[in-house]
Amino acid sequence: MESTNLTKLHYGQRYSVDSIPPLDSVTLLHELESTVNGSGAIAALSGAQAYSMIDTWGVVHFPGMQSLLLCHGTLPMEYPALTPRVPQMHLFEREFAEELGARPLGHPWLTPVRTLPGSGADDGQGWRWGRIEGPAVHEVSVGPVHAGVIEPGHFRFQCSGERVLHLEVALGYQHRGIAQALLGGPTVRTPHLIETAAGDTSVGHMVAYCQLLEALGGCEVPPRAEQLRAIALELERLANHIGDLGTLSGDVAFQPTAAMCGRLRGDALNMTARLCGNRFGRALVIPGGVRFDVSPEDVDWLLTSVERLEREALAAAGLLLDHAVARSRFEQTGTLDATACTQLGIVGPPARAAGVPQDVRHDLPDGPYAAVRPALVTQQQGDVLARVLQRVDEVRASIDFIQQVLPRLPRGRHATDCDPPAAHSVSATAVEGWRGRICHLAITGDNGRFSRYKIVDPSVFNWAGLAVAMRGQEISDFPVCNKSFNLSYCGHDL
Amino acid sequence: MRTILGERLKQGTATIAYPGQLPMLPPRLRGLPEITPSKCTQGCRACIDACPTQAFIGEGATLGIDLGRCLFCTDCMEACPTGVVRFTQDIALATRGRADLLLHADQTHKRAAALEEHTRRLFGRSLHLRQVSAGGCNGCETDVNVLSTIVFDLSRFGIKFVASPRHADGLLITGPVTRNMELALRKTYEAVPDPKVVIAVGACAISGGPFIDLPQVRNGADSVVPVDLYIPGCPPHPLTILDGLLRLLGRLPDAVVDDGKGL
Repeated sequence: MESTNLTKLHYGQRYSVDSIPPLDSVTLLHELESTVNGSGAIAALSGAQAYSMIDTWGVVHFPGMQSLLLCHGTLPMEYPALTPRVPQMHLFEREFAEELGARPLGHPWLTPVRTLPGSGADDGQGWRWGRIEGPAVHEVSVGPVHAGVIEPGHFRFQCSGERVLHLEVALGYQHRGIAQALLGGPTVRTPHLIETAAGDTSVGHMVAYCQLLEALGGCEVPPRAEQLRAIALELERLANHIGDLGTLSGDVAFQPTAAMCGRLRGDALNMTARLCGNRFGRALVIPGGVRFDVSPEDVDWLLTSVERLEREALAAAGLLLDHAVARSRFEQTGTLDATACTQLGIVGPPARAAGVPQDVRHDLPDGPYAAVRPALVTQQQGDVLARVLQRVDEVRASIDFIQQVLPRLPRGRHATDCDPPAAHSVSATAVEGWRGRICHLAITGDNGRFSRYKIVDPSVFNWAGLAVAMRGQEISDFPVCNKSFNLSYCGHDL
Repeated sequence: MRTILGERLKQGTATIAYPGQLPMLPPRLRGLPEITPSKCTQGCRACIDACPTQAFIGEGATLGIDLGRCLFCTDCMEACPTGVVRFTQDIALATRGRADLLLHADQTHKRAAALEEHTRRLFGRSLHLRQVSAGGCNGCETDVNVLSTIVFDLSRFGIKFVASPRHADGLLITGPVTRNMELALRKTYEAVPDPKVVIAVGACAISGGPFIDLPQVRNGADSVVPVDLYIPGCPPHPLTILDGLLRLLGRLPDAVVDDGKGL
């Protein structure tokens, strides 16, 4: 599985752009394909037009390999699409077509990723909807404005009676132009664009960004800061996982757990607010460390709060899992098995719930995870119930981790000064956010400014997982399936 | 059933006493900023240059801040060598007018007044809102959702989020309004029957927030629809949102409003 055409990238490491010469298109395509055949995954792929070719940089992730791999190559504007053989490439190749005008030949569904029909932003050319014809088939369309307080997106279901034959997810409503705005950075605005790429994952994206900036600038983060970041990541995971357990209960009309978890999620957000004053961890993580240190009183308060959270969250989840009717709504609903997960490059809890043991904290056990890391837990079934159980187990693992790390925080500084990024350099980072692997890739130009910055939120891969999990399901099970993935619209749309 | 009841008893009452009493707030909470220009060093622009959204207005002795642009991010506080900017624990930030968000150092913050008599009589005890996320990062959405939990128990004030704009008395908008959501927002606005109120929650919906002037976004909700209440923050604390809603409806008891120290 190891190829000399790919460059190993260790934690905190950067390369000069010139030291990684581009592969020709045949070799590049072969490398990407054999990566996936060899149980690897494509974590990021970024293309930019250069002399009527696509200058392509990719980040590859092999579980258990302890490092990321970088690949660099050029593709002609017209080339045989990888998607038919490597389905997890589908979105990146759609981006190539949308952003660069590339023509990946044989791509089965080359609709734009972020440009919408009739949105006023574009004439909508290139949009087509998947449609299944037949006398018994009807179409249900939902969104962009949904019934709840959630982000906008559009779903089209092709149904036969109550059964969903196909779901098409059309996003782009949240497209704010972050990728474009990051070019030429870092500026004073850059961290705030990163924090709001997916605002429920501010800590996750900021840790990825800061690690990248620190690698590019050759900055060593104090161990205390690394551990505080790791704790903040677990608090973010706790808030969201507990919140998800509540909304899943609400969707099957099981009110006790919904009510309790709604409150407990807030308790977890308040723990992050104790660290920095903001419930979403805004401005907590900064290049060089964290902005706010914790006092011994903070540590005591957090440990007491976490202990109470564990008891109450697990008790609330227990009520749900012991309720036969609620449980039966989850069981064998929206199954996404390990094979589908591997093909689509599914990351995070949905992959682990199907028995794919993929977790950046274990696959890349560097930095904060060198000594202690949260337990790697998996399920087997890949249905909604498995994704519920997965969250419960991850809540337990996160709390164990905090209880291990927080009382033994390394002494010393919580931040250090960081040099600006070196010129003509490239690096990438991966962080296990609560939705799964977050990957950032950056390349700097002459002046150390970003000439390219690629953010890959876990949702980029997982939306396709939701669509596939819905096949053959009752349309009335869409809410529970959707919540069991709980994906980001803005993280996808950027 | 017995287990469920037992656990509910164990976890106890979670609803806060607000507006009668403020809950415990995190010590580092970033509420209303306080600017003391007398501490400024002559010619220093550190806070202005550090601000990601150009939220500062004026300079030196006339230094002020536009709460509609402010992300409450503390970048200015970090940059300032003399402690000119600090964030207080005052969570009452909402205003009725966009101009009221321009906070000059020598002014007191002009908090939101209640709706006019007619609309207040209509909505004062029952306000149904349709929420539209128009490019929000899910931060504001999350803390709007939190209001419906048992902690804040929004429905005890007669305020409720509904599924259809046709069932609503108004809109609560988050996000800078992306080009891709502009049409959907207009249509949703038109679908709400008159008279209607519009509430902009968060820096994005007020000014564009971190996305100000990006080509893919409009700079806030009022570039598309008229806005009746502005609730600043990135995202605003749930109490800030609730405070704004209650002020709009004239539902805050005077004791809380007039204690002179904010909330």
